[in-house]
Amino acid sequence: METRTHISVQDLSVYFDELRVLTDISIDIPDHKITVIIGPSGCGKTTLLKSLNRLLDPLDGVRVGGRVLVDGIDIYDPRTEVTEVRKKMGLLSQRPQVLPMSIYDNVAYGPRIHNHIDKKRLGEIVEHYLHMAGLWEEVKDRLGEPASRLSVGQQQRLCLARGLAVGPEIILGDEPTSALDPQSSQNVERRLIELKEEYTVIVVTHILRQAKRIADYIAFLYLGELVEHGPAAEVFANPKNPRTRAYLTGEIS
Amino acid sequence: MLVLTAVPTFLVLLILIGLFIRARPILAQKPFFSLFFSSAWSPLKGDFGLLPFIMGTLWVTFVSLVLAVPISLLTAVYLSEYAPLSVREFTKPIIDLLAGLPSVIYGVWGVLLVVPLVGRVIAPLFGVTSSGYTILAGGIVLAIMIFPTIISVSLEVFSSIPYPMREASLSLGATKWETVHHVVLKKGLQGIIAAIVLGLSRAFGETMAVLMVVGNIPRLPGSVFDGGYPLPALIANNYGEMMSVPLYDAALMLAAAVLLLVVLFFNVLARLILVRVERRAA
Amino acid sequence: MSHPSSLHWLRRRKLKEGIFRVLMAASVLVVIGCLALIMGTIIWKGLPAMNLSMITQTPKGGYYLGREGGILNAIVGSLYLASGATVLAILFSLPVVLYINVYAQKRSRLASLTRFSLDVLWGIPSIVYGAFGFIIMIFFGLRSSLLAGILAVGLLEFPIMSRAADEVIRMVPNELLEASYSLGATRLETALKVVVRQCLPGLLTAVLIAFGRGIGDAASVLFTAGFTDRIPTSLFQPAATLPLAIFFQLGTPFPEVQQRAYASAAILTVLILVISLLARGLGKRYTRHIIK
Repeated sequence: METRTHISVQDLSVYFDELRVLTDISIDIPDHKITVIIGPSGCGKTTLLKSLNRLLDPLDGVRVGGRVLVDGIDIYDPRTEVTEVRKKMGLLSQRPQVLPMSIYDNVAYGPRIHNHIDKKRLGEIVEHYLHMAGLWEEVKDRLGEPASRLSVGQQQRLCLARGLAVGPEIILGDEPTSALDPQSSQNVERRLIELKEEYTVIVVTHILRQAKRIADYIAFLYLGELVEHGPAAEVFANPKNPRTRAYLTGEIS
Repeated sequence: MLVLTAVPTFLVLLILIGLFIRARPILAQKPFFSLFFSSAWSPLKGDFGLLPFIMGTLWVTFVSLVLAVPISLLTAVYLSEYAPLSVREFTKPIIDLLAGLPSVIYGVWGVLLVVPLVGRVIAPLFGVTSSGYTILAGGIVLAIMIFPTIISVSLEVFSSIPYPMREASLSLGATKWETVHHVVLKKGLQGIIAAIVLGLSRAFGETMAVLMVVGNIPRLPGSVFDGGYPLPALIANNYGEMMSVPLYDAALMLAAAVLLLVVLFFNVLARLILVRVERRAA
Repeated sequence: MSHPSSLHWLRRRKLKEGIFRVLMAASVLVVIGCLALIMGTIIWKGLPAMNLSMITQTPKGGYYLGREGGILNAIVGSLYLASGATVLAILFSLPVVLYINVYAQKRSRLASLTRFSLDVLWGIPSIVYGAFGFIIMIFFGLRSSLLAGILAVGLLEFPIMSRAADEVIRMVPNELLEASYSLGATRLETALKVVVRQCLPGLLTAVLIAFGRGIGDAASVLFTAGFTDRIPTSLFQPAATLPLAIFFQLGTPFPEVQQRAYASAAILTVLILVISLLARGLGKRYTRHIIK
């Protein structure tokens, strides 16, 4: 299995003031695969995810040590342009956060900010990505309505379309289905599996069954440490670390 | 205790009614038009045209808003979105102090610094001769007085916007300012309007500081370098004579009643907007 | 992914961000600068004219024409008036705020309406309170006096104190109230013994804030408290106040008297500063001790 590394995390440590939240994380995220980060709640999964697109930057008192290489370039190098880094990654949050504007403008937000695109092209882009997120049929007649009027499941798919419209290479998902009903959850999971053809997907979840359904690659995080990682089939069948085994069998949660 | 709790609600009405009762004599005797749309003000002759004072108030308030709104909003955005914690903690007491300084103190400072500034520096720049006791001076002093109002209400509005919404914008590769522009200012627009309206309302009713620098000339202002005579100053300056000239006291009470009505209108409007904003954030 | 046109666009975006950052920094500096400028000017101008006799003597004959004396009448008058007004405000504020937080449901219509009215009252200009105080004064046949001034300023302080106190008492968690009830306490006992004790520092802050406002206000005492060179010995005598003393001294054509106005202004400013710091200090102590 020829896997290219898309993101290489090297000795990443994150501190919130004096508290060490992530300790010496080193992992290579494979290209065009779904990597799922599992672990009990509060052990740093979201922090790890947010460190990949430098969303930790604006928070008070956060310090980041180590390197995160995306396509070989360290994103924490002071010379890198933050907005370009974030453009490469699309984030799907736990609770869908629609921007305070219309459905159309939500999806158009990214493209408008990054490029001077004429109206006609913009319309095509919006339609294309709404299709990709599986939302086009439901909203095509009301693109001008405020996005807040959509249901939660629809909002999450809108966030997906919006994130894809910037043209990222990597998709980050922070428990993307935990706020959704089972139908919408299934919908989103299906999309993620389809998306790995063109994108690298990294998902954080505390639902083991979801991980088993979609993961190609697994990383198990416990109390801020990367305990074990590897191809999903191997880790689930034969966990090498006793703590991993304990988590998978439900002893620790 | 229940009875006492009804007091605040009734007090507003009571004040309004009280003022109008005292103003009734002049409302009964003088035609409405001559009171509000005439600039003839000679109490001894029985002329009580309030127009110059209404215009004076409007001019001074307008100037103060033009100066205060941009500075206040930029400051509020900076404190809410950009400033490190230490700067925020440092600036908060300063804003509170500005809010707590008595009107007379602003007035004394206005006379010491602002009036000469307008008279000797700003007016000549525009080729105008002026004593400095002008609408502009009043506007400058008033603007500083309403900074805290607009800033603190705006800050409350910004903090009610959920942080993840900003994160969503940032994660799409937007710069901080773009996020402020499209998320914070857009979502907070109604609240910002309420903040400005509250500032406007405060500016309308401010008495001492403006009185001391604005010139107190009962004529319709023609430019910001003219003297003006806002409504509160009218009431404050003439309370001494008002009992000795017929209808004078009723005229001043009418002025107070008009002032109260306008201030009430703006206040209630702004508070209603803020209640809506709060409810949406919950 | 990045073609040359989007790099150019990126530079424009960064420029925009930079411009606004400069504007914002300038605005903050203006705000801070204004406070520094105001306090600095007042104190700088006021200090030279300050001497002990200013605060220990009342004005002798011809004070406003340049002769001797001080502003003791105004200092004491202001203290009497503001204290009286503050006590009056407490008498009305405390029951109202306790009622809407302990007796009524916190979200009841009565509580919302009362809070709304308090907010509206808070925004009424002090000159309107002065005019209304004047009406009351005439109605009861009073003349310009300490009592009339206390009424007007009390009205002014009432919403200020109520709002500040409400903000503090609102934060008392329901569980604390329930714990008190389950021990058999009545609502009144709970209100007085539990809530007030828990919120005491915050309530003192509210009182101080209102006091500070009351002592510095001129427009409300203009009509009502009158002015005199003497220290009032009864509630029915007129009382001089610091703000008005400053105003009148500034209004004379004599430079020596104007200098004294600056000194009086400096005294008032320092007084307000002290009250402000006290209020802040109490507020900080408060947040350390509340039970959450």
